[in-house]
Amino acid sequence: MIAKQSRRSFVENLGKGGAFLLGLAYLPKSMAVASSEAASFAPNLFVAIDGEGTVTVVCHRSEMGQQIRTSVAQVIADELEADWDRVKIEQATGDAKYGDQNTDGSRSMRHNLERLRQAGATARTMLEQAAAQKWGVDASQCKAEGHQIVNTANGKTLGYGELIAAAAKLEVPAEDSLTLKPRKKWRYIGKVVRSLDNHGAVTGQNVFGQDKRVPGMKFAVVARPPVVFGKVKSYDAKAALAVPGVERVVEMKDPGQKPPGFKPLGGIAVVAKNTWAAMKGRDLLEIEWEDGDNSGFASKDYRQTLESSVSAPGKVVREEGDVDAALSSGDKKLVADYYVPLMSHVQMEPPAAVAIPGEDSMEIYACVQAPQGARKEVAGAVGLELEQVTVNVTFLGGGFGRKSKPDFVVEAALIAKEIGAPIKVVWTREDDVRHGYYHFACAQHFEATLDGDGKTDGWLHRTAFPPIASTFAPGANEPFSFELDLGFTENPFQVPNLRLESCKADAHVRIGWMRSVGNINHAFAIQCFAAELAEAAGRDPKDYLLELIGEPRKIDLTHTPIPYGNYGDPIEKYPVDTARLIAVVKKAAEMADWGRTLPKGRGLGIACHRSFLTYVATAVEVEVSNDGEVRIPKAWVAADAGTVVNLDAVKAQCEGGTIFGFSCVLEEITATAGRIDQSNYHDVRVTRMNESPTQIDVAVIESDAPPAGVGEPATPPAAPALCNAIYAATGKRIRSLPLGNQLA
Amino acid sequence: MIEFKLNGKTTRFEGPTDTPLLWILRDDLEMTGTKFGCGAAQCGACTVHVNGVAVRSCQTPAASLAGQEVTTIEGLSEAGDHPVQLAWVKLNVPQCGYCQPGQIMQAASLLARNGKPSDADIDLEMSGNICRCGTYPRIRQAIHLAAEMKGGAK
Repeated sequence: MIAKQSRRSFVENLGKGGAFLLGLAYLPKSMAVASSEAASFAPNLFVAIDGEGTVTVVCHRSEMGQQIRTSVAQVIADELEADWDRVKIEQATGDAKYGDQNTDGSRSMRHNLERLRQAGATARTMLEQAAAQKWGVDASQCKAEGHQIVNTANGKTLGYGELIAAAAKLEVPAEDSLTLKPRKKWRYIGKVVRSLDNHGAVTGQNVFGQDKRVPGMKFAVVARPPVVFGKVKSYDAKAALAVPGVERVVEMKDPGQKPPGFKPLGGIAVVAKNTWAAMKGRDLLEIEWEDGDNSGFASKDYRQTLESSVSAPGKVVREEGDVDAALSSGDKKLVADYYVPLMSHVQMEPPAAVAIPGEDSMEIYACVQAPQGARKEVAGAVGLELEQVTVNVTFLGGGFGRKSKPDFVVEAALIAKEIGAPIKVVWTREDDVRHGYYHFACAQHFEATLDGDGKTDGWLHRTAFPPIASTFAPGANEPFSFELDLGFTENPFQVPNLRLESCKADAHVRIGWMRSVGNINHAFAIQCFAAELAEAAGRDPKDYLLELIGEPRKIDLTHTPIPYGNYGDPIEKYPVDTARLIAVVKKAAEMADWGRTLPKGRGLGIACHRSFLTYVATAVEVEVSNDGEVRIPKAWVAADAGTVVNLDAVKAQCEGGTIFGFSCVLEEITATAGRIDQSNYHDVRVTRMNESPTQIDVAVIESDAPPAGVGEPATPPAAPALCNAIYAATGKRIRSLPLGNQLA
Repeated sequence: MIEFKLNGKTTRFEGPTDTPLLWILRDDLEMTGTKFGCGAAQCGACTVHVNGVAVRSCQTPAASLAGQEVTTIEGLSEAGDHPVQLAWVKLNVPQCGYCQPGQIMQAASLLARNGKPSDADIDLEMSGNICRCGTYPRIRQAIHLAAEMKGGAK
């Protein structure tokens, strides 16, 4: 086990395979001293090369469709001058030695590109040194090229596989002695490569959490309290136990604890020889529930609560100029209220986890975005030390934030411990829909004034939503500051008098984060309201959007009453740069041939948004039939994510993120008496083939700015661009989601 | 006992006759390429072919299988080289990949009956298969490409 890392301590020969393993401590220079004392700060990645010269890259981020495994390998292979066909990828288990493994927040590349480049460069440098030793020449004469080291004086070569023994004996070079490849020499970074996981995907061989099987494994499904913090009052399992294949039922411990955190919800588990028997058994359980204090929760009333919350002043998040004076003196005043409902991730793979109990251990296989978090929760729940728990990460059949929450993994561990045998807990789609960590419902209120020239002079924006904070702090009814960072505080408009306020809201279901999080709600409202202002000013929506954004500038958010966090990255490195926002708006408009004449029933809409440090503008063309049916012939996306690694994956994320955003126009989760009303894809609407754009053109702006987020930023501008297009086609403003029958 | 052909091989199932083919495949035969997405014929992740036609295996009980020929993603091609699979790889269609075996089986079924599907044909045939990652534009393009590849092979 690697408890502590120093640069020279970690080169070892891996016995059997003779693999040359590098565990590398890559630290910002300023942190190098501190980290040699505080090992947990030292992030590590591993590059292994075997005697055949096969390069094995360990990926410490979870794969859920963002093609991060291929991207990680691209970076390392590039600096290592490896042949792409000789690179393999292995998935890391959950372990603090890798540094942060939470695969959310669109952070994988923005926080790992430099570390990964250094990992590859270190291996390359040592192979060059090993060759120099073998040849008895100066290392400067040895150059890595095409998976071998070339002696530049005489053209002789040594393959990587031939050099591993010698390289393994060398000291790991200091990070600041490494030479990284100049950008213009990149062969894989920023380019399109063959994805490492596609063959497995198209042949059904990739193993997801739902697919994992181990010897002697049982299958379980759980009947959970229908209301959050509810409990089992009494139950009768006779009929369930009579189902052939059902072996036993297990009452889950400690239900109904506040705050929900990542703890299981409780209920009754049915353990069987196979999934079908377990599901049939569960159907026959007779359970009387005690619903608890969320049993009064009803979405219809709750919407009014949120709307009433934003009808009064809230906590000031950001303030510039004199908004009250501006709002009472403008030529034209607009007031509008927007609403977004609860939503669910409904990733294609419902949660699933396998737990294998040992004498003093628990081994997990699960589709988790945060394997370290899962490890910690499991250890705590079953009373083991962290080191006694192993979390293996399978492929994730979609994540979108749901699989950051390991409640389902803890369920598996608890049942495994109870029955003393390996178990797979299978969530059904109904379980997934009814026991989610929901994307919050949100009411927003705007007041704005235009001056005599139609320029927006005053802007008041209030938001109220049950916060993610409530999942971790009992009774929290105000957002953590990071929740306001998500598209609210960083309003990009250059309006002289502007005030942003956050209002209170209680949570009655588990609130979680879903792809792009609050950016969905805030971008929807802000970008649609901007189009309303354009209309009030009698201007073209795209031109007016650019006018609202104003001058190219870096927005100063250093003095906001609630501090702005910039997605955890320094504002100096990643400023809120309106020049880049302007550029993507212009690009998307140009791609869409903005301003062209469209046939009746068609309309173009545009929206832009910065999130996860990336700038995206989306233009959408819709066709709305007389009976209100919406078709999307085409969408155009311009994205500036700074330096990108896997160009085609970035485009794919822009396409998929856009369609995810369109799903937000269709989807709605509601509750009655604390119970979720929906259950499966028939009543949780997500975009299908016939509702998807026929084509999405993506322009990735070339940039040498630092790498920014990719997985989420295309989602926020999609829904407002679509709704603005619907307005252009029909004259109907969509201020409330879902679209439902508003066009009928 | 129920006997049917699975990817060309005679297969027997002795469990309850209401067991859906999906769970026979996944739990009894440990063939997990066919995915569980909804259990209600709402998402298409479990799509297989019965006698060459795409069906939802989650709604296909064992009782209905006697004497039928079932093809799953594992049996669609020897080496993952069915034109649909090749087109999927070429256009880098998969994201998370969970729905893709079902999408591929549905698309292969479409192309077996319609060598040159239009966009409207694709909408009609593929709208029962959900992809939450949003790979639809690439799926559409890949179906057109696979149609070309199949046409060229004739």
